[in-house]
Amino acid sequence: MTAPMKTKVAAPPIQVKTLRKSFGKQKVLNGIDLEVAEGETLSVLGRSGTGKSVLLKLIIGLQQADSGSIRVHGQEIAGLARQQLNEIRKTMGFLFQNSALYDSLTVEQNVAFPLERAGGLSDAERKKRVRELLATVGMEKDLDKLPGQISGGMQKRVGLARALALSPDILLFDEPTAGLDPITASEIDALILKMQKETNLTSIIVTHDLPSARTVSDRLALMRDGEILIEGSFKDLQASKDEFVVQFLNRDS
Amino acid sequence: MASSTAADLRSARETNPPASTVFLIRFFEWFGELGFFCSHLLRAVFLPPYEFREFAHQLDELGSKSLPLVALAGAATGVVLSLETHDSLVSFGAKSLLPELLVLSIAKESGPIITGLIVSGRVAAGIGAELGAMKVTEQIDAMEASAVDPYKYLAATRILACVLMLPLLTLAADFCGILFGWVTTTLTEPISLQLFIENGFKQVTFNDFLPPTFKTAVFGLIIGLVASFQGMRAHGGTEGVERAATSAVVISSLFIILADVLLVRLIQVVFP
Repeated sequence: MTAPMKTKVAAPPIQVKTLRKSFGKQKVLNGIDLEVAEGETLSVLGRSGTGKSVLLKLIIGLQQADSGSIRVHGQEIAGLARQQLNEIRKTMGFLFQNSALYDSLTVEQNVAFPLERAGGLSDAERKKRVRELLATVGMEKDLDKLPGQISGGMQKRVGLARALALSPDILLFDEPTAGLDPITASEIDALILKMQKETNLTSIIVTHDLPSARTVSDRLALMRDGEILIEGSFKDLQASKDEFVVQFLNRDS
Repeated sequence: MASSTAADLRSARETNPPASTVFLIRFFEWFGELGFFCSHLLRAVFLPPYEFREFAHQLDELGSKSLPLVALAGAATGVVLSLETHDSLVSFGAKSLLPELLVLSIAKESGPIITGLIVSGRVAAGIGAELGAMKVTEQIDAMEASAVDPYKYLAATRILACVLMLPLLTLAADFCGILFGWVTTTLTEPISLQLFIENGFKQVTFNDFLPPTFKTAVFGLIIGLVASFQGMRAHGGTEGVERAATSAVVISSLFIILADVLLVRLIQVVFP
């Protein structure tokens, strides 16, 4: 916990340099360079299978990169022991594409799970914190339901509450609006915007959903063939004459 | 280092398609991965924080809930042993040895191995399927992302529960086996329970009873370890979960039988 805090002011929360990752013969990431400033929201766009989700899993240490550097709060995460990595993970939240809620635990227990393991709160304090988090995402009435008893949109909300449980300063979103109807997707966007307003979260959002990315992002990066093809504001992307960028943006316009 | 070795092995497998080579690579790869799993596990077991609540939950889930099945299997073993040996002993004029034979065969071998295989069928399948499903639905990744060690929370608690519960379940199987062995015997030739027990335990020593009972802790270790390992390396959706559950049962049952051979010999040497 101390190592990331020391360099917090000096270094951007997330720095990725020449990151490479292959699965067998398939090159998924082919030298990614990325920086996300404190409080900034970056959306990473691209076709399916271009390694967007892999990028997030590398940043949080769920997979190991073949080469390159990932620094979180200035701390290189490659080669860290599990305990050190866990200290860095406590500063990050991760919303999984399919929410990945623990299906044998209730909504309340899902959000309480990381808090129980992190310790430091009494039972009453923890219960209060869980209810606050669930109220933030509008799920305070479904405490005792199991994940299988709530809709996909509700599962995303609970997943977001769980990701926020340890008060992270970095949030990683893997397809937060995938598989949701437009209205529920807008509600999730509104929720992300609300988080950004209320806290100073640094976020990376991996998505196919261009309208959502436009709504919630400060900056966008478009990936192709394991590389960042272009990054900037939505206007910068619109100004691009690259055929792939034009094709990608026109799909949703 | 570890991941590069695994990557090399995978790459070698892709470039060398003969079935025998693939089998050998997979065989050694499996043991290599099991070695890394065990090293993670050892650190998880000894380093705090400790998951006492989940451990207690697993004691109930894996141990208490296996009790009816194990008791039934033990009882059936006692009945069958009594029926099978009765006629043979009568033909040799050694009918009075029936209680002793029954007690010795149940305490030394039938009870422990039946318990090991029954629990392997019930518990290994359960752990393999549960952890396999958690793996393919990214619940284990979610746990890691929340800075919770799944080796500690999921694997260590289940393995320790298996190690602790197997000897206790074996005692239950032994008890039911001997009790129903007496019931079966007394139905054909009435004998009081007191006399049956006295005759049965007359020649039974510490070495006949405790080492075979405690060897089932090794069976528990095999069940918990193999099932957790197979579950946590599952991949490929529903089919992957099915593979994890099936392989957990098959591999742990096979290893229990092999371990039994070694342990029986070891007990004979250490406790002559």
